[in-house]
Amino acid sequence: MSDPMAEIKTSFFIECEELLESLQDALSDLDEGADDGETINVVFRAVHSIKGGAGAFGLDALVAFAHRFETVLDELRSGRLALTPEAVKLFFQAADLLTDEIHAAREGSPEPATAAACLQSLEALLGESGAERVAEAEDDEVSDFQPMGLALDLDFDFAPVEAPPSGFNLEFRPDTALYASGNEPLQLLRALSDIADISVVTDTTAVPSLDALDAEENHLGWSVQITGDIGEDEIREVFEFVEDVCQLDISPTLETPEVPPAGLPDIDSELREYAHEEEDDGQDLESEAQSSENAAPPRAEEGAEAEPAPPSRKADPSPTGHQAETAKPTAAQPAAAATPAPAAEHGATVRVDIERIDRLVNLVGELVINQAMLAQSVAEAGLPPNSAVNTGLEAFMMLTRDIQDSVMMIRAQPVKPLFQRMARIVREASSAIGKDVRLKTEGETTEVDKTVIERLADPLTHMIRNAVDHGLEASDTRVAAGKPREGIVTLSAHHRSGRVVIEVSDDGGGINRKKVFRKAVEKGLIAADAQLSDSEIDNLLFLPGFSTADQVSALSGRGVGMDVVKSSIQSLGGRISITSAPGKGSCFSISLPLTLAVLDGMVVNVAGETLVVPLSSILETATLTSEDIRALGPSTNVIHLRGAFVPLFDLGAELGYRDPKNSYSGDVVLLTAQEDGARSALVVDSILEQRQVVIKGLQQSYGHIPGVAAATILGDGQIALILDPADLVQTASGNTRAIDLSLAG
Amino acid sequence: MTEDISSKSEAAEVELLSFRLGEEEYSVDIMSVREIRGWTRATPLPHAPTFVRGVINLRGTVLPVVDLSVRLGMEPVAGDARNVIIVVQVGGQTAGLLVDAVSDILALPRSEMQPPPDLNADISQRYISALTIVEGRMIRILDLTSVLPQEAIEAA
Repeated sequence: MSDPMAEIKTSFFIECEELLESLQDALSDLDEGADDGETINVVFRAVHSIKGGAGAFGLDALVAFAHRFETVLDELRSGRLALTPEAVKLFFQAADLLTDEIHAAREGSPEPATAAACLQSLEALLGESGAERVAEAEDDEVSDFQPMGLALDLDFDFAPVEAPPSGFNLEFRPDTALYASGNEPLQLLRALSDIADISVVTDTTAVPSLDALDAEENHLGWSVQITGDIGEDEIREVFEFVEDVCQLDISPTLETPEVPPAGLPDIDSELREYAHEEEDDGQDLESEAQSSENAAPPRAEEGAEAEPAPPSRKADPSPTGHQAETAKPTAAQPAAAATPAPAAEHGATVRVDIERIDRLVNLVGELVINQAMLAQSVAEAGLPPNSAVNTGLEAFMMLTRDIQDSVMMIRAQPVKPLFQRMARIVREASSAIGKDVRLKTEGETTEVDKTVIERLADPLTHMIRNAVDHGLEASDTRVAAGKPREGIVTLSAHHRSGRVVIEVSDDGGGINRKKVFRKAVEKGLIAADAQLSDSEIDNLLFLPGFSTADQVSALSGRGVGMDVVKSSIQSLGGRISITSAPGKGSCFSISLPLTLAVLDGMVVNVAGETLVVPLSSILETATLTSEDIRALGPSTNVIHLRGAFVPLFDLGAELGYRDPKNSYSGDVVLLTAQEDGARSALVVDSILEQRQVVIKGLQQSYGHIPGVAAATILGDGQIALILDPADLVQTASGNTRAIDLSLAG
Repeated sequence: MTEDISSKSEAAEVELLSFRLGEEEYSVDIMSVREIRGWTRATPLPHAPTFVRGVINLRGTVLPVVDLSVRLGMEPVAGDARNVIIVVQVGGQTAGLLVDAVSDILALPRSEMQPPPDLNADISQRYISALTIVEGRMIRILDLTSVLPQEAIEAA
């Protein structure tokens, strides 16, 4: 019993996330100056829909919050509230709190304490008269309806009316979609009859003759006379969940209608649209005859002529469901285009449990390994290149690749939701420390593996907070430096050579290297006389000892928990680097693999071991001659390649497989590039092949090995290590040097 | 006294997998043994402690292999067809133990197991949780958590 309900509730919360996303989007648009009615409507509708859903599940706290938020938004929508930057800021806050409320409702935890305060400041925006209006609207639920000329758009305002109407005329004409969404006019009318005296007249004028009848279409409408002490809001509440799939006109009748209050009409006679063939059309139907043929009118109380359906549709040559469906709303509601169906713009999607996809990914991984094994056996069998087996194998390999790409695409998701979360972090962090900060986002549609996105949230939050807190100068300092008062933090994502690069940059003061250096010396991380380059100093921020609480305030630079950020990025197979210009700002750049499952690699042989180097990090390969190599120091060599000097790393020696060689003449080097553009040359014994490998994590089973990103399984069943050239080079030089110095000092 | 033991033996019996390292006989609780595999060449890991032989492919997962002999301060296991890898799982961590040969499965009452004497001189002492005598042979019972590579990695 509770199970299906839980399921529906789950889907409500998923829907909420979508609504929140569109809410955030629309607010961002408003923030950027879009001041059109439709954007405001989007905001309003998102909050309204959340309220509606929450009401259905009895989430009272959420409903209450959404209701008050919505009320203020309605003031904005009706134009009585000006769209000021302050207002937008408050709306953002309210949207954040709405997110929290939804979260609280889902977890069953207490609602956020700041909610009421935020709402109060929102309502304060309205000024006294506005607040009164809101209060009145809430207390009395009395309101004056102003038809907007668009049946779908239920604008009304809260100007108090002198004399409450003694009744209403309600014109209700469901769209076909109302039935499709599982609603039932009968239930609505019954609900109405529960709260007021009503009399119902069925409008059957649109019912076509039997041969033209489309049983899927709705042809009926109802006019309802409502009498008694009832507010329009109460009436609207009944139709709350169907208002976008029907035409609803409510107008007050100021005199008590002539019609004597009727009891519950015999709505059982309400039309079913399942027509049978045999009967003639245009007949009155008995109330019991719902199942009978054509969509004929029920008998209505007031003796409204249940006249035969006009044969207007008879002439219609093709009353097919599709045509009718598309044609009808446009004809009936000329402005329907202004309120697009919420789901229509997206392609059809399927919600799938992530575990199923993970399983698929794992299976594809095994498939790739098996394919490699097969390919190896075929190669060893020495069959001619054009043999059937070889051709078949090639086709098989292409197919595998396709399957794999498709599976990876399933998990790929745009970074947008992640970025939206970061927008909130910026808002909160900046208001907490009183800086004017704007977040600019770029490349929101960039797609990254879902698991990568999830695990990026924490490090990014950290970096964004750092950028706001330490990266940007105080507003006055900025003005003094001739910069705009408002600081800008930019969050961008884009694809670069098979990886995704995410950058957090600010236009602040840049890293104060002198201070960082001094702090590092104080902390005993480096020797006082250490000679470090600018980028080496910047990288000190990533050292574990650098991030203790008491330094935060003293430092204008960064370093709060950046070691944690670095290690979580590394655990994703990613790298992080800093660039900073004094007075202009800093940029943290994270480079990540697109997926955590498969990569294109160069398979090489080093000292009898097989290793894989990610193809994305290799710029070129070359064979060395003795002239290319120059000794730089006692244990350092550089190669001279196309006019540039590149440090040489002997992989065999770096990985401890053998001692450094005396001569590298004739050896093969892989020229690799790091995120910051630094190049290095890795010496290998030979290149075996280039192919896809499935990434198998080493972390869980063993732990992090410097220079090694992961492992993979080769065609012969052996395990080969996948190198991380940038990490290898760093642990072999730059960073280790700083640590060595500290040991020395 | 005899009654006492027989009544306890049901609940307090331990099954051990015993194996040889050189001339010595060791054992582990059979409940932590997942499988026994023949010797396969392990891929060496850079910067790894000497007792870590490397990693092998265990049906698609990467399994670190510990040369138990080196771990206990003895000569490395030769690594040939007669050697075996015992795949053990302790507290969510899976690893392979490279040993000379598996010898027996023993069922012993817990009461017959004694704590090892406190001797700091011998490095292997740290890894032994109990001792017992079976048919005149002394069997050492390994403390698995202490021989697996995890703590060495953290220390390094």
